Amino acid sequence: MSALYLVLGVPLLGGLVLALVGHQPRARDINVVFSLLTFLAACVMTVEVIDGGPQFVWAKQFYIDPLNVFLVTLTAFVGLTTAIFSRPYMRIEQDHGKMTPPRMRLYHSMYQLFSFTMLLGFTTNNLGIIWVAMEAATLTTVLLVSVYRTPASLEAAWKYFILCGVGIAQALFGTILVYMAADKVLGAEDATLLWSSLSDIKGQLDPTIMSLAFVFLLIGYGTKIGLVPLHSWLPDAHAEGPTPVSAVLSGLLLNVAMYAVLRCKVLTDGALGTQMAGQLMMGFGLLSVVVAAFFISRQKDVKRMFSYSSIEHMGLITFAFGMGGPVANFAGLLHMTVHSLVKSAIFFTVGHATQKAGTQVMSEIRGLIKVNPTVGWGLMLGVMAILGMPPFGVFASEFLILTTAMREQPWATPFLFLALGVAFASMLIRVLPMVFGEETKLKPLAHPPALIPVFVHLALGLVLGLYIPAYLNGWYVAAASMLGG
Amino acid sequence: MSHFVPQLINLFATLILLLSFAMLAQRRIVSLINLFMIQGAALAAASFLLGYVTGHPDLYVSGGLTLLLKVVLIPWMLHRMIRKLNVRWDVEMLLNIPTTMLVGIALVIFAFSLALPISRLSDAVAGGALGIALACVMLSFMMMITRSKAVPQVIGFLSMENGLLFAATTVTNGMPMIVEFGIALDVLVGVLILGVFMFQIREKFDSLDIRHLESLKDD
Repeated sequence: MSALYLVLGVPLLGGLVLALVGHQPRARDINVVFSLLTFLAACVMTVEVIDGGPQFVWAKQFYIDPLNVFLVTLTAFVGLTTAIFSRPYMRIEQDHGKMTPPRMRLYHSMYQLFSFTMLLGFTTNNLGIIWVAMEAATLTTVLLVSVYRTPASLEAAWKYFILCGVGIAQALFGTILVYMAADKVLGAEDATLLWSSLSDIKGQLDPTIMSLAFVFLLIGYGTKIGLVPLHSWLPDAHAEGPTPVSAVLSGLLLNVAMYAVLRCKVLTDGALGTQMAGQLMMGFGLLSVVVAAFFISRQKDVKRMFSYSSIEHMGLITFAFGMGGPVANFAGLLHMTVHSLVKSAIFFTVGHATQKAGTQVMSEIRGLIKVNPTVGWGLMLGVMAILGMPPFGVFASEFLILTTAMREQPWATPFLFLALGVAFASMLIRVLPMVFGEETKLKPLAHPPALIPVFVHLALGLVLGLYIPAYLNGWYVAAASMLGG
Repeated sequence: MSHFVPQLINLFATLILLLSFAMLAQRRIVSLINLFMIQGAALAAASFLLGYVTGHPDLYVSGGLTLLLKVVLIPWMLHRMIRKLNVRWDVEMLLNIPTTMLVGIALVIFAFSLALPISRLSDAVAGGALGIALACVMLSFMMMITRSKAVPQVIGFLSMENGLLFAATTVTNGMPMIVEFGIALDVLVGVLILGVFMFQIREKFDSLDIRHLESLKDD
């Protein structure tokens, strides 16, 4: 039996169990246990794939290859650390009266089901099921975003639901068109949406249909990636939900949507034999990087600022995959990894900082380093890492993306440098007083925060910048060559 | 028989498109739900007819699913919801219905020209219906933009789903069964969640007017 069944079964079971007992105090620990089991199962599956190569499970409905196996492990890992962080964090929220036992039950149950939908999206071989999983992920996170029931969180959740619902409907239309293209090659009886089978015949898929399909797929899943101009739901949803949810939304869910686009890009490239898909992605990606960088400079709310930073980084990743080729794909995958790790670490520290200050307005948060040095240093290091300071991993991937862009798409480099410069200056100018400011009104926390995840994430981000272990490197290279371009 | 089938399918396609236009201009919430129900029925009928002609048993299942969900369950839920929310007889102010209609016609033309190169390629019985399906999706999209009340927005969302299902049915004889069930599950859960939301929005904002939901802005 493949470990995949456990990877998917554990969070599903966790969602059901926590729907029954999620309101009890010990549910916080149960949540961690289920996330830990999911992570262990993901590790076992990774070992299986490294030893035995890509595997099909359950009549080819699931397909594990180098591209998705590392994303599964990453997702399970960040899911675990976020559950650990969420233990004291949600306890404090409960003390503040923001969470009640029924809401805790909803929160815990949806947290596990959200993990399930993401893992399903990564592991399924069926393009239709990817769509179903993305929509289900939207539904679970809509409930997570609105869990505080404040007017602002309801507004954010409603916008999130409607905009992503509309966006993702475009992706369904794209999927239907892909099915139609498969239908023309294989005939009505054998037509399939299985990615591995489509990949075998991608050279024969009709280019007219596939090019239109990719436009719809990119717009649809691009809404979930947060590509400008389809991004307007993202800062609201990330800022108004509980901080653990912001961490997994920014760190993980955006990756799932990105992954769906990548799978579709491989098929489209094969069918068209041109750069059309890559050029579209470069355009959207570059626009996102530039626009998000300028929005970062205008933010007053700390979580909104870091949400725009997520848009910026997802734009950069989209741009990298749009350029294609072994180096850019490698850089894109590396950037996905370090962005997940560092961004979720930042949200962990930001969460506790806002709890101390009782507000998310940045000008009200001052002098973190005096009140709680670990939170202060965590935030400072995290921000340095996400801004691409060496020797963190973001520097390595951004360096690779920029040098490839200079070589292959020189027209884009001034925009990239401008955007990265604006983001750097405006973020640093806001974060420095938050960490080192003189007078402070911050209050101590009622329960000690779990900050180990922050430093584990940052340490991993640092290691990936200094030295990528050989097996991980081989993994990235295999995935990058599979993406082609 | 086979001579009539494409015409019959086109008849259903036209009906679905006409209903999309009717929904665009309909101001009463109750009538809007009824129009949505009729659209679901037309969609289910098209599925059954195509299933009969092509002999695909999947299309019967798909049609049955549509019938159950879009004609019975969801309209019933929506009717119950508007009764409880006491917005049953609400009339929405719609500015510029003629302009909306004209823009709608432009959208239909755009959808047709977008789908034309692909419709030519399709050998399914009703390949020509792709343009109509895309037009329905775009009209529902427009309905969601122009409406400011929560319930019509949700109906626009569901009607968009109808357009997509119609595309899947006519162009490819339905999606794989497992995907159809997944989509149906998502839609059902989505409507349930939106329903709960509407009560919460009403409680917090004292209204179901989405124009009140505009406090979240940058700066």
